[in-house]
Amino acid sequence: QVSAALKEGRVTPTELCQRCLALIKSTKFLNAYITVTEEAALKQAEESEERYKKGQPLGILDGIPIAVKDNFNTAGIETTCASKMLKGYISPYNATVVQKLLDRGAVLLGKTNLDEFAMGSGSTDGIFGPVRNPWSYSKQYKEKSVPKSHSEDKESDWVITGGSSGGSAAAVSSFTCFAALGSDTGGSTRNPAAHCGVVGLKPTYGLISRHGLIPLVNSMDVPGILTRCVDDAAVLLGSLAGHDPKDSTTIQDDFKPFELPDLTDVSKLSIGIPKEYNAPGLSSEILALWSKAADLFKNAGAKVVEVSLPHTRYSIVCYHVLCTAEVASNMARFDGLEYGHRSDVKDSTESMYAATRREGFNDVVRGRILSGNYFLLKQNYEKYFVKAQKVRRLIANDFVKVFRSGVDILLTPTTLSDAAPYTEFIQEDNRTRSAQDDILTQAANMAGLPAINVPTALSERGLPVGLQFIGRSFQEKQLLTVAKWFEKQVQFPVIQLEEVKRHDNGVCQHQKSASFS
Amino acid sequence: QKVSVEVLDHLEHLALVDFRDSEGVERLQKAIQFADQLHEVNTDGVEPMDSVLEDRCLYLREDDVTEGNCTKELLENARGTVEEYFVAPPGNIPLEKLQGRNTYLQGS
Repeated sequence: QVSAALKEGRVTPTELCQRCLALIKSTKFLNAYITVTEEAALKQAEESEERYKKGQPLGILDGIPIAVKDNFNTAGIETTCASKMLKGYISPYNATVVQKLLDRGAVLLGKTNLDEFAMGSGSTDGIFGPVRNPWSYSKQYKEKSVPKSHSEDKESDWVITGGSSGGSAAAVSSFTCFAALGSDTGGSTRNPAAHCGVVGLKPTYGLISRHGLIPLVNSMDVPGILTRCVDDAAVLLGSLAGHDPKDSTTIQDDFKPFELPDLTDVSKLSIGIPKEYNAPGLSSEILALWSKAADLFKNAGAKVVEVSLPHTRYSIVCYHVLCTAEVASNMARFDGLEYGHRSDVKDSTESMYAATRREGFNDVVRGRILSGNYFLLKQNYEKYFVKAQKVRRLIANDFVKVFRSGVDILLTPTTLSDAAPYTEFIQEDNRTRSAQDDILTQAANMAGLPAINVPTALSERGLPVGLQFIGRSFQEKQLLTVAKWFEKQVQFPVIQLEEVKRHDNGVCQHQKSASFS
Repeated sequence: QKVSVEVLDHLEHLALVDFRDSEGVERLQKAIQFADQLHEVNTDGVEPMDSVLEDRCLYLREDDVTEGNCTKELLENARGTVEEYFVAPPGNIPLEKLQGRNTYLQGS
């Protein structure tokens, strides 16, 4: 809708950009952005405006404000990964996905906040502080909150965004941008998408280039897409997918961008409900919602079957071992010599490296590096690392069997419950939380399958709850088509933010509009 | 079983990262305990999986130089440089043995 508005001249790219920048300023308390590139964004918006004036926009994304998670390299802009290790690091190049967006005229507003090095499920463990869920300040949440006796308590009531792409999810959810890039290794895009009520797409591993995405787990990382509606996600996917010679893990098959059809007949669909996803700790609310969704498909004529993915409960353990092992390897590059933080210790190379890493990494990162090194020790290699790789195959095979039996799409919950209040969340440490929260999203990363979170309904506390669809490898079109149908059926409510001052009702309309396509 | 101090020290050497305090060591213990659940799974005859794209051929391109000449940009981000060199403190000096290091493990 916004793209059409830009084309028709009802609003200009610079106006759009300025409104978004103003909104970012007024929602600063959310702490969604680490770096806001005001000047560069305005310049990009001006260039876009010139193109529209000449009637030569670069495409549907021309002039659309977007945000990028701070673990993607962006030329000339500080890229920190929310870590002291990379504070002050100015990337010399653009990640391929960032370059693709810029080439299509998108306006980069800034870099969003995350858990340090994308490790975490709350966006609470970065050096710039936690990200607040915009829904904490929504009318819907406030109406349902138990009234507190003191007014200061209102401040501590806020809920987390989920993680680790919390900043990106919060940015999209609070209307400061129309789409954002996140990364997904164990659910890092889908988890915050569910908590913030936005669409979070994890593409098939190998579809979108990881060149420029600071790696966590090379065999599972993918760039994630966060938008307000499924159609937008398809547009972004169309711009980003495809082989990249700079990333040899991208497949060489031709990718054709697609438009999503409006599905009316679901009778040929087979939806699988994996029973193991009724995991311990799943809130009864979400269980009910999941059931309701299954019924929705059944009543519309689709075939809904219960299926089994027997190794589901080991996926999180397997992830834990493989992730820490790859992290131990990937974090080895941070030694202070070529970039990033460098300690003042000068006695020897090793002592400088050790001091740099001691000063630069937080407890979570250090913990994972040490665990990873433990699992990779010669005496442990077979027992843990290779064992985990074998279990990974079993998990991937579970999915293959289910899809081979005729199921098209799997329907599962995305999170165990709605967003927790920050004060409650930090009572458990990062690793425990990640292990709890990643349970439902993690297996898709193990198997490399595409998955999407679609905001479904509001919980009793007035917070968003989403459901997840998992599809076959490289069948994003089918996955998104079903997701779009579902989105239309559930009519998820628009967030009603109170504390953000609104200026002009007319342009407000454009900003509040769910989509830009 | 608890992890021995020798192994902990060895890990600190390998990773060049310290445990810092008892919490750090506890964290590792819990991580190992958690990972031990893997042994409940029967993996006889199962091959380890390195990548989900294992059925495809890895893309290899021609061995031609297509980019480079970015010495200046690469050196910009480093804190210690001299002409076109990164400057490092003297190498070949291994991290001091446990007795010499100022680390948490020394107390255990």
